Amino acid sequence: MAFVRYLAVLPFLGILVGVPLVNRVEPLILGMPLILAWIVLWIVLTSVIMAVVYLCDPANKAAGQ
Amino acid sequence: MSAALNIIAATIVAVLLLGLRARHGRDMDLEQWSVGGRGFGTILVFVLMAGEIYTTFTFLGGSGFAYGHGAPAFYILCYGCLAYVLSYWLLPPIWRYANEHRLFAQPDFFARKYDSPALGILVAVVGIVALVPYLVLQLKGLGIIVDAAAYGAIPPTGAICIGAAVVTAYVMISGVRGSAWTAVVKDTLILAVVLFLGIYLPIHYYGGYGAMFQAIQAAKPGFLAFPRQGESLAWFDSTVLLTALGFYMWPHTFGSLYTAKEERAFRRNAALLPLYQLILLFVFFVGFAAILQVPGLKGPDIDLSLLRLSIQSFDPWFVGVIGAAGVLTALVPGSMILMASATLLANTLFRAIRPQSSDALIGNVAKALVPVVALVAVVFTIQGGTTIVALLLMGYAFVTQLFPSLVASLLPHNPVTREGAFAGICVGVATVAATSLTRTSIAGLLPGLPEALRDLNIGIVALLFNLIAIGVVSALTRRRAAFA
Repeated sequence: MAFVRYLAVLPFLGILVGVPLVNRVEPLILGMPLILAWIVLWIVLTSVIMAVVYLCDPANKAAGQ
Repeated sequence: MSAALNIIAATIVAVLLLGLRARHGRDMDLEQWSVGGRGFGTILVFVLMAGEIYTTFTFLGGSGFAYGHGAPAFYILCYGCLAYVLSYWLLPPIWRYANEHRLFAQPDFFARKYDSPALGILVAVVGIVALVPYLVLQLKGLGIIVDAAAYGAIPPTGAICIGAAVVTAYVMISGVRGSAWTAVVKDTLILAVVLFLGIYLPIHYYGGYGAMFQAIQAAKPGFLAFPRQGESLAWFDSTVLLTALGFYMWPHTFGSLYTAKEERAFRRNAALLPLYQLILLFVFFVGFAAILQVPGLKGPDIDLSLLRLSIQSFDPWFVGVIGAAGVLTALVPGSMILMASATLLANTLFRAIRPQSSDALIGNVAKALVPVVALVAVVFTIQGGTTIVALLLMGYAFVTQLFPSLVASLLPHNPVTREGAFAGICVGVATVAATSLTRTSIAGLLPGLPEALRDLNIGIVALLFNLIAIGVVSALTRRRAAFA
């Protein structure tokens, strides 16, 4: 499951590459400008990705340090 | 005294008492005072680290930046998120090494890794230089809050001095344990206040978020997206990258890593903390709501937008509650920063001059330096003139210069030599210092460059020079070592 850690690259792509691509106000999503909604989406995804990385990382399995 | 000021004064007294209680029954040697005896679990580490992130910078600076600059404020949402991703791999090895060698502060880490006390001193100097603007911005925030809550009865200079005195007293009394327990109170209060303001104000004034953003878009077209020039997308990417890399390079943040009991606390927090960033969203909503309601704040005054809108919308007692939350957001990080600066000065610089000093003496020197550092920060704060966000970005430009040497030192075979690390940090810091002292930008120096390059954050350019210096000097010194 070592490949799971490469998921951590995605937040960097989503923010550093993604934001310049969606630099628009309209359409409003959930009342927010598109660009802001995009950033919020990536923050939530980052949390999910890091939770998956945590759960798949054998270093965290060692019983009670 | 206004009702608002009474509530704020009561909060300050309560916090000082809480700090006294946290200290109760413990011997405050240097290890207890500055790293809490290395006994903090996931939750306290989380609170302490989150507590440093939600500072006056986010509360007043974030809303003010959204008010005055629009979309560029969104960078504040992004960099923490990326920094947490890095933290998953960055923090555990730092913690392990520090724990093994019983290190107190950031310079010890560099000095030990590169086996060079001189490098430790350099890192301490960089840390102190970077912390000054950070401390200044907390005091500035405290000044703004006390001034606003007094409804003009206390002049801003007096308000700043009161704020500095409170932070100093707080640090002297309680050390890092006080910070952790106050951070719990602070985070609860700030969460409630920010959520309430960020939900209530847009609905009260506009009827909803969509309507608010449409109104702003109609009044100021383009304000909610990144502009083509200035704070453009190139500025965004370079600033997010700079601040994400520098996030854990702050001496006080680095120091708070040492408080953890086990390394898994960091990995768990890497998944939890990004969600915590979303609180910032509501801070931005307050700033955006203020745009059309309290128009006309310019320059450094944009930091006042949240409080101006609150005063216009609520009774004085509730302004007091908001102010109390604001005071706590300045007090907790302010005390961490102050303590980190004092520990840096005492533990690295004082010890360098008098190597025979005992730990007890160093601890006392650190405590004696607290009011001195606070006083220096007050002088800078009163001179003032820049926004909270500008101050923090300057600090970041300095502190991020430590990143390359740190990461290299964590590798199994460090390719960077002592001289290389020294040269890289010096070149990076000199670049930042030269441009901020002379107030030049890349656009000013080289107007012929393409737009994207002109808008780059100067800290990133300095980081590039830093890397080049590290590479060249390391290659040269290693070859000499091989021949010798």
